[in-house]
Amino acid sequence: MADDLLAVSGLNTYYGGAHILSDVAFAIGGNEVVALLGRNGAGKSTTIKSVMGLVRPRSGSVVYQGEEIAGDEPYRVCRRGIGYVPEERRVFSELTVEENLEVGRRPPRADASEWTPERLYALFPNLAERRRHPAGRMSGGEQQMLTIARTLMGNPRLVLLDEPSEGIAPLIVEQMAMVIKELKREGLAVLISEQNLHFARIVSDRAVIIEKGAVRFTGTFADLDANPDIAQATLAL
Amino acid sequence: MGFYFAQLLTGLANASSLFLIACGLSIIFGVTRIVNFAHGSLYMLGAYIAYTLVTTIHAGPFGFWASVLLSAAAVALVGAVIEILILRRIYRAPELFQLVATFGVLLIIQDATLAIWGAEDLLGPRAPGLDRAVRIFGEPIPEYDLALIVIGPVVLGLITLVFRKTRWGVLVRAATQDREMVGALGVNQRWLFTSAFMLGAFLAGLGGALQVPRESVSLLMDLSVIGEAFVVVVIGGMGSVGGAFVAAIIISVLNAFGVLVFPQISLILPFLVMAIVLVVRPYGLFGSPASAHGAPPVPEAPMRPLNQAGIVAMTLVVVAFAALPVVDDGFILVLAVDLFVAVLFAASLHLIMGVGGMVSFGHAAYFGLGAYAAALAVKTLGLPMLPAMLFGPLAAALGAAVFGWFCVRLSGVYLAMLTLAAAQILWGVTFQWQSVTGGDDGILGVWPASWASREVYFYLALAVTVVGLALIRRIANSPFGYTLRGGRDSPTRAEAIGIDLKAHQWLGFIIAGALAGVAGVLFAFAKGSVFPETLAIGHSIDALIMVLLGGVQSLLGPLFGATAFVLIEDWVTRLDYWRFIFGAIILLICIAAPDGIAGGLSRLWRLVRPGTPRSGRPA
Repeated sequence: MADDLLAVSGLNTYYGGAHILSDVAFAIGGNEVVALLGRNGAGKSTTIKSVMGLVRPRSGSVVYQGEEIAGDEPYRVCRRGIGYVPEERRVFSELTVEENLEVGRRPPRADASEWTPERLYALFPNLAERRRHPAGRMSGGEQQMLTIARTLMGNPRLVLLDEPSEGIAPLIVEQMAMVIKELKREGLAVLISEQNLHFARIVSDRAVIIEKGAVRFTGTFADLDANPDIAQATLAL
Repeated sequence: MGFYFAQLLTGLANASSLFLIACGLSIIFGVTRIVNFAHGSLYMLGAYIAYTLVTTIHAGPFGFWASVLLSAAAVALVGAVIEILILRRIYRAPELFQLVATFGVLLIIQDATLAIWGAEDLLGPRAPGLDRAVRIFGEPIPEYDLALIVIGPVVLGLITLVFRKTRWGVLVRAATQDREMVGALGVNQRWLFTSAFMLGAFLAGLGGALQVPRESVSLLMDLSVIGEAFVVVVIGGMGSVGGAFVAAIIISVLNAFGVLVFPQISLILPFLVMAIVLVVRPYGLFGSPASAHGAPPVPEAPMRPLNQAGIVAMTLVVVAFAALPVVDDGFILVLAVDLFVAVLFAASLHLIMGVGGMVSFGHAAYFGLGAYAAALAVKTLGLPMLPAMLFGPLAAALGAAVFGWFCVRLSGVYLAMLTLAAAQILWGVTFQWQSVTGGDDGILGVWPASWASREVYFYLALAVTVVGLALIRRIANSPFGYTLRGGRDSPTRAEAIGIDLKAHQWLGFIIAGALAGVAGVLFAFAKGSVFPETLAIGHSIDALIMVLLGGVQSLLGPLFGATAFVLIEDWVTRLDYWRFIFGAIILLICIAAPDGIAGGLSRLWRLVRPGTPRSGRPA
């Protein structure tokens, strides 16, 4: 569609000789939450990294707001308005919470809501209490909150969330779902990669299922429920 | 009492200048992951520029301190030029290429300095206003030393302030932990890297400029300071500014008192301390394991055993060499033996580096051990050549066993630094143990047996080299070699399937050491003499350059690399300003062919003959 915020097509990514993504294609609307579903090793993280420019796709196109960004350096992709929340959190452990937020700070954007540390502390109350603590001393859930807050400091238009529910306590997962809904309310678009179908269903509008580096399904959760064998074949363990 | 206090103050004053250099090195490494061998050159430049400014501007204390700051700023600009023109192009190259490239920069700066300021040592004036000595506990202490003692902590405080209170400082600290993530958060790393490099260069220049009133300015300043600066950075923890400060104090104060007990200890003491610290704390006092994040490493194409055509080609090369004495029995034979020595030396380094994944900055240690052992067997034990030759690899293997046991417990840059420390300690011992090694005078008259004419010795060297290379090839393609390569590519997985990786690496280290020892033996009898230079840092770097010129990922790499090195060196060292030319050649190769001559040739081949399968990493 012409009004897609992000449109990926024919994306092929290799690690050395290994063909990781083959002809991956999907799109995200301006205020849509899309779940990128798939098993471990299916290529979810690689897809997100290819969009972000952290790995260079060998071929294919990534169009953001009508402009080709495939192969751009990550900092340029970020400056265009795409925020990246990595899978392994990657907080700057020796920096304080406040300093972590400072690293993510970018000037406000006309088409996205402006985030300040105060607003983020309201959204993530745990971080407010720990603003002067080194990030490395916090719990996994708190670090996960911090990485999201840090990315939001860049005032992104589209947020790429890589496995936000992985390895954190159920209570925090619930909080995470709230945050994603809040981002949608703010008018942002979100791409989350997930293995957890249940969580994805709660927070997202649409699903893209990827298996062995190729897209197997694109559609609503209702469509997915109408074809139970798809989920069985691509997601069940 | 007063005397010891004075000694302490001297130590602290030295610590301040050492800290300035090391802290810049540490910041540069933290942000860019480049081990900047040219850092000593920036320090030297600072001193030369300050000398010129101080002796031109006579404006009392103000003029002096302004000159010092101006010099540091000028060096920062030089740093910016180096970063933008050279380093920026090779951040993605393997880290050893970066090291060799900065060594090229070192050579160029050395000759540029020689061209501008001449070869004479320059003695600058004392600092105006601080040119006297005060008596503390009855001992005269130079006022300038006291000023330095203050300057060190002040600079530490300023840097800490900048790192804590400015956005730039926060970004630098974040990049030291995970620079890729910083990029993904919208920070242009180019700008960050350039500015961090400039700060590092500024501090090096400042350190050099502040030395002008204390010592004469000379062309030896670069290499004399770089070893100690590395040690301080490693002891403190790479990337840690506070660590560099503490380590600079430890080293300088220990040195100040160490020389009272054993005057020559300053040559090896820093390296001894570093070896001890690294064994106890593998990432230095304040360091942490470098962030594991980064671009996923491009898996290397597996090395393939030589095919039929390859074996034929190699046989032809050997036959061609064997026919050399027919053509010429003079200079070319001498050069050919030099070449064999270099090839074997480089191939042995490649065995631990390319196959084993352990980067050694001190491989010359085992070359030198082999050369000295054989020479001593002839001179002291009075053995004939052939039995004496056996002592070489034995001694080298023994040395490699001792040092290797410690080294395989570390990885990456820290391992490289410990190998450097080991080599430096051995160099210090040979340099000082005059009664046995002859010290600086070396051991002379180690000629081949009378039956071994130049021609016979040539064939002997050829045979030994061919056997050595075949052995390395055999090892690389044996189950043992596969284990080493597996450990290189994924240490955790190798250990998870039950491999005692350290034991394998240790054995690999010993074998490589022994083979370097063989090269040393061939060298000793070819030259008829042995000097401490065979163990020096410069010689280890020669080997690294050979391996990198050839390309780390090919077993043939060391052959190409050593050949290119010997031919280039033979040609270039006859020219004036050969360092400049040699440095420029190194830089050119680093920038144009980061996968070495072997890799570059195969890329060229693919260009000429598209359709041949890619074998190396993508360009």
